[in-house]
Amino acid sequence: MPAAEGSVGFVRTERVGLFTEDDPLVLAGGRKLAPVEVAYETYGTLSPERDNAVFVCHALTGDAHVAGHHGDPSRVGWWDNLVGPGKPLDTDRFFVICPNLLGGCQGTTGPSSTDPATGKPYGLDFPMLQMTDFVTVHRRLLEHLGIIRLRAAVGGSLGGMQVLQWAIDAPGQVQNAVIVAASSRLTAQNIAFSAVAREAIMRDPDFRDGQYAATGRLPQLGLAVARMMAHITYLSEEAMSEKFGRRLQGDEPAGSRMGLGVDFQVESYLSHQGETFLDRFDALSYLYLSRVMDYFDPFADPGAAQRVTAGGSRVLVVSFDSDWRFDTSHSRRIVRTLEHARAPVSFREIRSPWGHDSFLLPVPGYHETIHAFLDGDREAR
Amino acid sequence: MRPDLAIVAELVPAGSRVLDLGCGGGELLTHLAEHRGCSGTGVEIDPDAVLTAIRGGVPVIEVDIDEELGEFADDSYDVVVMSQTLQATRRPGEVLGEIGRIGARCIVSVPNFGLWRHRVGLLVRGRMPVSRELPHPWHETPNIHLSTLADVEALFVSVEMGVEQRIVLDAKARPMRSDRAANLRAGAAIYVLTT
Repeated sequence: MPAAEGSVGFVRTERVGLFTEDDPLVLAGGRKLAPVEVAYETYGTLSPERDNAVFVCHALTGDAHVAGHHGDPSRVGWWDNLVGPGKPLDTDRFFVICPNLLGGCQGTTGPSSTDPATGKPYGLDFPMLQMTDFVTVHRRLLEHLGIIRLRAAVGGSLGGMQVLQWAIDAPGQVQNAVIVAASSRLTAQNIAFSAVAREAIMRDPDFRDGQYAATGRLPQLGLAVARMMAHITYLSEEAMSEKFGRRLQGDEPAGSRMGLGVDFQVESYLSHQGETFLDRFDALSYLYLSRVMDYFDPFADPGAAQRVTAGGSRVLVVSFDSDWRFDTSHSRRIVRTLEHARAPVSFREIRSPWGHDSFLLPVPGYHETIHAFLDGDREAR
Repeated sequence: MRPDLAIVAELVPAGSRVLDLGCGGGELLTHLAEHRGCSGTGVEIDPDAVLTAIRGGVPVIEVDIDEELGEFADDSYDVVVMSQTLQATRRPGEVLGEIGRIGARCIVSVPNFGLWRHRVGLLVRGRMPVSRELPHPWHETPNIHLSTLADVEALFVSVEMGVEQRIVLDAKARPMRSDRAANLRAGAAIYVLTT
């Protein structure tokens, strides 16, 4: 079947073992992890010179399925509006790679994977992760694919943080770093929201100290509440007002009933977001991955920004004016720190009513900026 | 490249790190990178110009010159360029203070409201001038702080910036052979300032 215009069409998720008992993943925290399997997708064709690879890092609840579809053309990947023929990450030009990240639950080894030592899921015995561990696994995937240098690494939110960490960890490997709606250090408020989400999961009676798989009952209540609350922080107040206002469910006039159920449309929306999340996400992954963000503070190392400069990476930082999860001051801090270290950094704050979620949407000016930035790479001309 | 930018480019030492405030589509920084081995950053607020500059490979930071120059560190650039931009800022005096803090050397170009033709136009026709340097009608102009060369030079004194060099341009933006009666004859001037 020919691909729809601008679509990469039918794609499959690949799976590869990257670390084994003999060659374990050594984590930044010191512990070792093996085996490590990684699920990933690729789109486009790697050039004979192997110089057109673009790496997409996904956010907290993303997966490897960025673009195209797995059989139903109406269900496309989470960044299909950015990745495809003729799109900013143009698969006619670039070889695009996206893996599910370490600790995830969409095909890559995570806390619900089987611990070879016990034959049971790791649960809370899974080691704590750091941002640099994600990058270590990404780099091993590149090695497996025979790619030394990336034309670009691109990510939003937690994805953008991985891109930043990568530019610091492996100076020069990322020719162009695109960091969208991200942060180099969470605020107390950011951490507080994540803390409540984790509490909701861990206090669910079905959580069973993380060994819920054996009971056949998942901590669904906690995970749904965590997702509902997080979702509030992903949208701006303006977006919520525009989408739902104070409208009630059904056609009844306001005030005709009053109860504690799901009466307002916004409640129904949140409840739906919570429910659908249960089908695709794991409570333990949520705990582990969100915690990585809380501790992320790469510029605490005074040499970090200088390493980005030394590596020669060009950097683009983008924020959205209605994002209050990681507002523009987070992006400004990244820009300021890199600019002070004399790294070539570009920055735009894009106007968008959609809050943090804007990074997933084709907001006017946003994709154009990424496109222009990649075109502006003189080295690639 | 705009003729006045070509003159500015000549004033930038080779290999400098340059901050171009109001960089437009990045023509000056592109030229300096390609011909004089310079690096640098542009600041621009017009969205189309920002995209053009980024597409041209120029690092551009989209911030407001009036509010956000504090983002840049002390003495972090060899040269700060502000070409035809000072008159569009809300507080030119404070902006000058900021660029003196950021750069060792500042190159500032300004249109001259004192050009004789502007004076005559105002005197005879009673209308605000519209010219090559000041192309907008009064109600659409981004140039909210118009000055004569004498005015802007007084401002340099008050913010304790010294004029190292002055190049006066005629009404067609060509360098004038003599800067006699510049405040009357010049369409614009380019200043090299030091703090």
